[in-house]
Amino acid sequence: MSTFTIARLTFFEAARRKILLAAFLLGIIFLLVFGIGFHYIMRNIDSSFRTNLLELNQIRNFLLMAGLYVVNFLTVMMTVLTSVDTVSGEINSGTIHTLISKPVRRWEVLMGKWLGFAGMLTLYLLLMVGGLIGYIYFRTGYSPPNPLQAFGLMWLNSMLLLSVSILGGTYFSTLANGVMVFGLFGVAFIGGWIEQIGSVLPNKAAAQAAANVGIITSLILPSEALWRRAAHEVQSPLISALGFSPFGSSTYPSNLMLIYAVGFLLVALALALRHFSHRDL
Amino acid sequence: MMTNFPAIETRGLRKVFGDKVAVSDLTLTVERGEVFGFLGPNGAGKTTSVKMLLNLIMPTGGEGRLFGQPLSYPSVRSRVGFLPEHFRFHDWLTANEFLKLHADLYHMPQDESRRRIPELLELVNLVPHADKRLHEYSKGMLQRIGLAQALLNRPNLVILDEPTSGLDPVGRRLVRDIIRDLRSNGTTVFLNSHLLSEVEITCDRVAFIKHGEVIRISDLKSLVEGEFSVEIRARNLTSQIIAGLSHWSSNVRQDEEHLALTLTSESHLPEINRYLVDQGVDIYALRPEHVSLEDLFIQIVGTDGGL
Repeated sequence: MSTFTIARLTFFEAARRKILLAAFLLGIIFLLVFGIGFHYIMRNIDSSFRTNLLELNQIRNFLLMAGLYVVNFLTVMMTVLTSVDTVSGEINSGTIHTLISKPVRRWEVLMGKWLGFAGMLTLYLLLMVGGLIGYIYFRTGYSPPNPLQAFGLMWLNSMLLLSVSILGGTYFSTLANGVMVFGLFGVAFIGGWIEQIGSVLPNKAAAQAAANVGIITSLILPSEALWRRAAHEVQSPLISALGFSPFGSSTYPSNLMLIYAVGFLLVALALALRHFSHRDL
Repeated sequence: MMTNFPAIETRGLRKVFGDKVAVSDLTLTVERGEVFGFLGPNGAGKTTSVKMLLNLIMPTGGEGRLFGQPLSYPSVRSRVGFLPEHFRFHDWLTANEFLKLHADLYHMPQDESRRRIPELLELVNLVPHADKRLHEYSKGMLQRIGLAQALLNRPNLVILDEPTSGLDPVGRRLVRDIIRDLRSNGTTVFLNSHLLSEVEITCDRVAFIKHGEVIRISDLKSLVEGEFSVEIRARNLTSQIIAGLSHWSSNVRQDEEHLALTLTSESHLPEINRYLVDQGVDIYALRPEHVSLEDLFIQIVGTDGGL
């Protein structure tokens, strides 16, 4: 099956070009830095304050959320940076010609690329999320609520951006595609923040307006929505009840938005396959 | 059943980019076992035509078939080998890995590719460099590994897009030798090139393309063997003797001791020689010159290069 040949090739290329090594090495450094920070903060708190387990867990959760927030951001970066050039770059350089002139269907090649990146990003996310949650668990015995759901939603976010970036690559040059995907991500990101800040505003009308901005930007690209739902899943219920937290969320996207995000991903991928199958190379 | 279809058959194949007509009418048939040259000035639509044959570019109109199957069928490309222009490959792969990748894309069984890959590396003289990554390769070596890739599946049709552009004489020689081998085992070769000497040596038939249209398809042998000119250097020529030459040639030009005549058959040469000697002419040189493909190209395509 040519799809798996191309998936292997894509994964292998990332390894050969040291992208995997760089990502995983820096990922481990990130986990180490987090671990050191976590260790000293917790030690300081242990010795300075008389805290009960409930309070300690809130702090642990807060630090975990901070870590996951960065991991989500790094994964977004990894997703876009690794995949943004994969279609347009091969068209531009002409390396695609020897692939497509073989007895393969074009969708097999594109699907292979998608799978190759998906595999790599899944491993990356497993390392990072698993590393954070695992470290805190082994260090303190604390485990947050719904870690699997959170992982799944962050993974979905990465797959969503991967599909959008591959779709863009079938239409635009590498640079234009990068500008587009990050631009969309920025819009969704700021919309999410506006909604979150709005939710704590005393003025009901202003809060509603902010919520609408959030919904509209989530419709444009449901990437921030997925993160906020992931954050909601993993956040300590107590912090959620208290309201505003910089990393978590007080309001969170509905299940309908999750369905929309899955639909968005599938449509982006289908459009990419369709356009790539018909375009001139 | 399939054996009766020509290797390539196109009718009115057309490609328009925006308002620019790249190929207006590509109509040609390439029979099996032929070495077919595809000639035309830069920008005439040669590469676009080749890409349409390989389904890399979707035609705006017309139709084409390879071995009787529509161009859009992936299965037809299992019988085709292709060396693209510029030899741009995944250069982070080693030669071995590169050939393995393409063997996989040809759906070649593992044990067959294990046999076939060393065979091809041997053919293109890259055995010592088999485990080097392609980005360390020179242009000539890239062309060789590209050729190996195009021959992996023992194709029935090999399409070469400018296979010798920018290559040194050794590289060009290799391409020629491989084309000769392919011809001798009955493989059809479609050679897109603007290096006329190359085509002249290797091809059976040529198509001339200008402004995206096939304007002539010629049998290279009959074409080159048809009309030719003879240069004679001789003394004791009289106008009477020269007038006598009109028996063989309608076009006789004289410049002191140089004579140039156009002949239609090589068999006239000894007759002319005998005639001149009998007339007491001292012959210093008698040099038949076949019309070169270059002359023909200029004659057909024009000196404007089709622009």
